[in-house]
Amino acid sequence: MMSRVAHADHEAVIGLELHVQLQTASKLFCGCSTRFGAAPNTQVCPVCLGYPGALPVVNEKAVEMALRLAAAAGARSAAASVFARKSYFYPDLPKGYQISQYDRPLATGGAVRFTGDGGERDVPLIRIHLEEDAGKSLHGGGTGEETRIDLNRCGVPLAEVVTEPVLRSPAEARACVAAVRRLVQYLDVSDGNMEEGSLRCDANVSLRRRGEARLGVPVEIKNLNSLRNLERGLEAAIGRRLSDLARGETAAHRTLLYDEATGEVRVMRAKESAPDYRYFPEPDLPPLVLDRDALDAARAALPELPWERRARLRRDFALAPDAAAELTRTREEAEFFEACLVSLRAELPRHDLAHLARTVAAWTVGELRRVRKERGAGGGEAPVAPGALARLLQRIVEGALTIPSAKTVLEEMARSGRAADEIIAAEGLGRIGDPDQLRELVRAAFTDHPQQLAELRAGKEPLINFFVGRVMRAAGGRADPQLVRRIVQEEI
Amino acid sequence: MIPRELSAAEAAGRIRRGELRARELVDGCLERCRRVEPLINAFITVDAGGVRAAAEEVDRRVAAGEDPGPLAGVPVAVKDNICTRDLPTTCGSRMLESFRPGYDATAVGRLRAAGAVIFAKTNLDEFGLGSSTEHSAFGPTRNPWSSEHVPGGSSGGSAAALAAGVVPLALGTDTGGSVRQPAAHCGNVGLKPHYGAVSRYGLVAFASSFDGIGPMARTAADAALLYNVLAGHDRRDSTSLPQNGGIPPESLAAPVQGLSVAVPRAWLEHCDAEVVRVFDDTARALRDLGVTLREVRLPSPRHALAAYAVLSDAEVSSNLARYDGVRYGRRARGADRLDALYVRSRSEGLGQEVKRRILLGTCVLSAGYQDAYYIRAQRARRLFQAEIDAALGDAAALFLPTAPTPPFRLGERRGDPLAMYAGDLYTIPANLTGRPAVSFPAGWTSDGLPVGMQLYGRRDGAATLMQLAAAVGRAVEAPRPAPDPSHDGGAFDRRGAGET
Repeated sequence: MMSRVAHADHEAVIGLELHVQLQTASKLFCGCSTRFGAAPNTQVCPVCLGYPGALPVVNEKAVEMALRLAAAAGARSAAASVFARKSYFYPDLPKGYQISQYDRPLATGGAVRFTGDGGERDVPLIRIHLEEDAGKSLHGGGTGEETRIDLNRCGVPLAEVVTEPVLRSPAEARACVAAVRRLVQYLDVSDGNMEEGSLRCDANVSLRRRGEARLGVPVEIKNLNSLRNLERGLEAAIGRRLSDLARGETAAHRTLLYDEATGEVRVMRAKESAPDYRYFPEPDLPPLVLDRDALDAARAALPELPWERRARLRRDFALAPDAAAELTRTREEAEFFEACLVSLRAELPRHDLAHLARTVAAWTVGELRRVRKERGAGGGEAPVAPGALARLLQRIVEGALTIPSAKTVLEEMARSGRAADEIIAAEGLGRIGDPDQLRELVRAAFTDHPQQLAELRAGKEPLINFFVGRVMRAAGGRADPQLVRRIVQEEI
Repeated sequence: MIPRELSAAEAAGRIRRGELRARELVDGCLERCRRVEPLINAFITVDAGGVRAAAEEVDRRVAAGEDPGPLAGVPVAVKDNICTRDLPTTCGSRMLESFRPGYDATAVGRLRAAGAVIFAKTNLDEFGLGSSTEHSAFGPTRNPWSSEHVPGGSSGGSAAALAAGVVPLALGTDTGGSVRQPAAHCGNVGLKPHYGAVSRYGLVAFASSFDGIGPMARTAADAALLYNVLAGHDRRDSTSLPQNGGIPPESLAAPVQGLSVAVPRAWLEHCDAEVVRVFDDTARALRDLGVTLREVRLPSPRHALAAYAVLSDAEVSSNLARYDGVRYGRRARGADRLDALYVRSRSEGLGQEVKRRILLGTCVLSAGYQDAYYIRAQRARRLFQAEIDAALGDAAALFLPTAPTPPFRLGERRGDPLAMYAGDLYTIPANLTGRPAVSFPAGWTSDGLPVGMQLYGRRDGAATLMQLAAAVGRAVEAPRPAPDPSHDGGAFDRRGAGET
């Protein structure tokens, strides 16, 4: 499908509004647990239920996490920021207002680095602020006409991150959100899970004539609950806008809802105008005064950021950009890679470092992921320890183990927890390097397949692969394919 | 027979020494309550069983030699917008008619810890919105001094319970004068502590940046005793002040000679002649005690009233949004859509005055109006604070009447909201600025109705206020005994106490 973005006269300008659920133990304004998956309305108290007389108290850990995010983005933290009431009526909003921040947010400015069209670039942020989450409405229960309200989520801390509208395509927007997700995971402030709602994204997009500086009227798109839906939703919204313009319609403020099933967007709000939230400063909370020490501590505690790690891996280990990007998708994998490489290097100090790095990288993002998936482990621990994998890779590099055999060994390591060398010895999986041994297998194969041998001798080159395959099978995958090929050619 | 005028301090002392049984005291109060309540309608909920059980627990502790607390066995009436875990907390509203919080306000918890007995929940203007206790869903409260007159509001039930001699202590709440004005109209002492001195946790919010719980009693000493139990830092209230010391009992007897008070004489242009007379008598009494009176100029209190109206309406419109029939409180029947559920529940559950202020508050916060009203009122508030700070200088207090008029008649101002609001002219500036302020009994009208006078204090000046109030209390006309509205031939009966 040709992207509907591709249009000669107009270009798209996209901005993002992300909500990051901060992984504190308790809610933003009360001590209730934030644990996901509890029975409905069991993690509630008078404060988050909005009972008469209840009052909010700020969770310091949430502020700390939000500051960490602001520090990582290089944003300016406000000396004093102010909570504000955002008023509207909805059953999942018990107080009839959400405690958020309005004209004096926690932080302004800063940027997130991501890999967009044409390389790495920074998307500047407008602001980062703190607000409480609302509850959940579950429609269609009971008789099918009911809506059920679960307030467990009500009061969970959110960091809202708003970017400048400078992204140029749906693909770029997707890459940007992926980068934010990576960042919040690296910082241990959120698990950034879009499907579970711990990272949510609304987008706004406008069109303008190429070369113009002024932005067009934006349209807002909601319900983009995965990276894929984000990209498709934006494409649909842009396409819709282009159709409107082609028909000569003036662009109007709209809010669109993305429909996953149809891949289309439809108008959400009947009215043109945005609701009036009547923001005013929250009288129950004094201004949030920034503790200089807290900010310094947040900066000092920053781990190596994803883009910093990518750059270092490329510089120190000569990894290709794609490989570095892939390896640093999660902090856990990146750390595994380095630990494994260090262990491997220790045993093979004279071996080319770049080659070792490529090997470890390939196995970390290749076989290791496959085995992890097969074993059903989600996130969490790797199926084998970095040092254990290093021992396995060492045997490959030394030539004592073929790659097919190594794959088998890895599976057994994951299953049993045994060391690589132990399995290789026990199962007799060592590489067969003795040419005489191989010669016997080749001759046996020739004997078993006289027809193919005749054709091969007559000149049908591709049949070499046939015999290599036969011999490999007979050798249980433990023969070096290059060597086998050479012997076959010798024996013809 | 326990005298109706028994002070809380005296009662607690006797109970702690084992000279009086708490059970006997509360039985007397319950009996008095039974007799006077049909005539004054001061109470919404009285839990006789709970009261007796709590009193017996106090007696048990005394007998066992345990410390029963500084307010041991003293019955305290609690205004019904303060949460009590086991008693309904209605806020005088149909919306919360059968609402039981399941938790105590911090102030109530402190009372219990001090050994006090939570006697009853008292009547109020709905959600605290009013100055006469006529805006209650449970009928008006009548002034024990005269059944045709209001007790003031919104803490009218608490004030009437004290005046009728049912209990010696009561909690009220003060957002624009709702502790002080009914205290003045019922001949009691009512203290509005500094904003944040007493925790707001469990006080059903009206206007969050103005609200406060205040002690009410018949004497300054009793009010101070109650204040000392209530005041203190609370982690659950982010606007709560750090502990800053209570009111030492001995300070109330200290001489006030040499103190100076500031008088905004020009403000009295809004006053009824009877009030001016009592004001002048009180001024003379202060001078005779050696207090210096200094006249000061202040901006008209009408500016404070206007700023307060805008800001408190804005905050109340927000604080009352939670009453939507979804989680607790009254839910309208038969609503088949969400907006119908909201509209019907709130229309049925909330009274006229409440609705009026919600509409006004929503308006002043809305786009296109917020700058002209809400933002401007915030500025006016800050300016007024600065003016009062400057006028007060290093004086100990500001001295002025509590209300511009004596108690008015039931029904007289119901149809005129602005006339009703004007009654708060002298009390609102204290809420606007957060300062502590006290009303104390100072005299009588020619009709025999109580008139109170008021002092605004410095930030940590609650003790000085009570010291001055106590001194004046000793100096002015001796307090008349609180009327017993149920006695035959009593003045109360002549004024038609039998009417409902």
